[in-house]
Amino acid sequence: MQRLMNMRDDWHRLLDSDLFYSFKGSRITVIATLVTVVMILAALFAPWIAPHNPFDVATLDLMDSELPPMWLEGGDARFLLGTDSQGRDVLSSMLYGLRVSLVVGFAGVFVAMIIGVSLGLLSGFLGGVVDAFIMRVADMILSFPAILVALLINGIALSFLPQEVMHESALYVLVLAIAMTSWVQYARTVRGSTMVEKSKEYVQAAKVIGLHPLLIMIRHVLPNVLGPVLVIATINLGLAILTEAMLSFLGVGMPPTEPSLGTLIRIGNEFLFSGIWWVVIFPSLTLALLVLAVNLLGDWLRDALNPKLR
Amino acid sequence: MLSFLIRRLGQSLLVMLAVALLAFSMFRYVGDPVTSMLSQNASVEEREQLRDSLGLSEPLYVQFSTFVVQAAQGDFGISYRNQRPVSELIAERMPATLELVAVAFVISLLVGVPMGVYSALKPHSWLSHVFQTLSLIGISLPTFVTGILLILTFSVTLNWLPSFGRGEVVNIGWWSTGLFTASGLKSLILPGIMLGLFQVTLIMRLVRAEMMEVLRTDYIRFARARGLSNRAVNFGHALKNTLMPVITIIGLQLGAMIAFAIITETVFQWPGMGFLFIQAVSFVDIPVMSAYLLLVSLIFVVINMIVDMMYFMLDPRLCADRGTANSH
Repeated sequence: MQRLMNMRDDWHRLLDSDLFYSFKGSRITVIATLVTVVMILAALFAPWIAPHNPFDVATLDLMDSELPPMWLEGGDARFLLGTDSQGRDVLSSMLYGLRVSLVVGFAGVFVAMIIGVSLGLLSGFLGGVVDAFIMRVADMILSFPAILVALLINGIALSFLPQEVMHESALYVLVLAIAMTSWVQYARTVRGSTMVEKSKEYVQAAKVIGLHPLLIMIRHVLPNVLGPVLVIATINLGLAILTEAMLSFLGVGMPPTEPSLGTLIRIGNEFLFSGIWWVVIFPSLTLALLVLAVNLLGDWLRDALNPKLR
Repeated sequence: MLSFLIRRLGQSLLVMLAVALLAFSMFRYVGDPVTSMLSQNASVEEREQLRDSLGLSEPLYVQFSTFVVQAAQGDFGISYRNQRPVSELIAERMPATLELVAVAFVISLLVGVPMGVYSALKPHSWLSHVFQTLSLIGISLPTFVTGILLILTFSVTLNWLPSFGRGEVVNIGWWSTGLFTASGLKSLILPGIMLGLFQVTLIMRLVRAEMMEVLRTDYIRFARARGLSNRAVNFGHALKNTLMPVITIIGLQLGAMIAFAIITETVFQWPGMGFLFIQAVSFVDIPVMSAYLLLVSLIFVVINMIVDMMYFMLDPRLCADRGTANSH
């Protein structure tokens, strides 16, 4: 009972906070949040809400192939957004594709955050040669565009892996490629704030009582440098989803057996001239809408939480 | 100045060496270069001969230094897939990419700068709001989606413009250009717009932000107090000082455009370097991959270096270390 009361208190505190006030004041942010939440829920519950299972070959019927969306002439009520050349329901493929895109996006951001925060902590806390080395590598990665670095890591990983496991590991390779391109921003931010924290008294005190440096870093410094990291993570989510889509579109990302939105657009692109535009347009618009909503959300969060980060 | 120059040059060389090491280890350790280069039914002697001529039995550091020396002379070995020298393949494809990037660059400047200037001078007019909204959409719209929408509208539905290839090209020496034929020019329009659009939004936001900053400064207020005409203040004083930082960042974007051309070239099947690279990635054609990597890194390093030096020359107050921090 007490816990329930506490939760209600927390809830009221959230509703009273400056953050929520600023949230309510920006209509476009509310819409962006709604869009993002709806898409995440749709992806989460894809197996239950999708009208068909696009991976179950038994339910596919070639007679149903290339049907236009429901509201057009020749459309079928069973297929709201039409079907592709193999008779798969476009809406269902999209829901499953959204799932893959979001999983790769979130995982990419998460791994980048872990790499970036750890390297930033080490760099800021230890200084010296470690710091110089990590920051030079960061400079180098930052001086190339993300898509090129991601392509390269993807290419190297795929050429090292044997052909058989290539398809199953595509997701992990993508996550790694995205993480490797975006950890630098976290590392730089965390390094900066770690250097500030390092000279503060509580860290000195912890050193004096003889705590292990690793323990000081994780237990004492880390909680104090995490604030801006969450903002960067939100801003980078849109970029991560976009990078995944680009790689998949270029044919080095998710394979057609487990398509993301980018893969669906790639497949649809091959049928651009056969007049079945719905196969490519709907995944494209979904991707654009998702990235736009996430970007708007990230922009707002940055301005609301930390005006200095601009 | 000289010490800065030397240090910057040393840094660039270090970056290039690191990239070369990466390219070399890709070449050396991904698969067996001998098996990849020869056909299935090559004899043992042929294999040994190639192994020797590639220098694969030498110590590693000798191999690496040979690799660097040969790469510096433009010799990247033989493509596994086409069985042709990589340098030839790249030389064939380079004009297409550079022309595309140049056209996109011009488009983005011609559209982006005026849009930015307008929305800085009249921040509250309805047109500025339209520009702001467009730029937000432009930044969020994935470039390949833009390309697909362009093709769907102008090629499939209206049938006005071609959607793939370069059209007719004219050879001037080894440089093949599509700028002098009607079909070549027509083929450049859609890819140029697609590649330029993202830059338009970027340049517009940059010019707008910089110019609004400049318009707030004291010397602009004094210029107005002196009774200069709006035109003289806005374009003679404000715009000039806006463009300084903008030029450097746009310079950096030029490198990014060469990389982003990979996507444009895939959408429009444009026979450029990026398309070559993507094909090389999917066929694990290591020599082509490492050559492209080295070439693009070189272009990047050179552009970054020039931009850094421009910072230094335009604004002596900047210490050299802060000049490099800005290159995202």
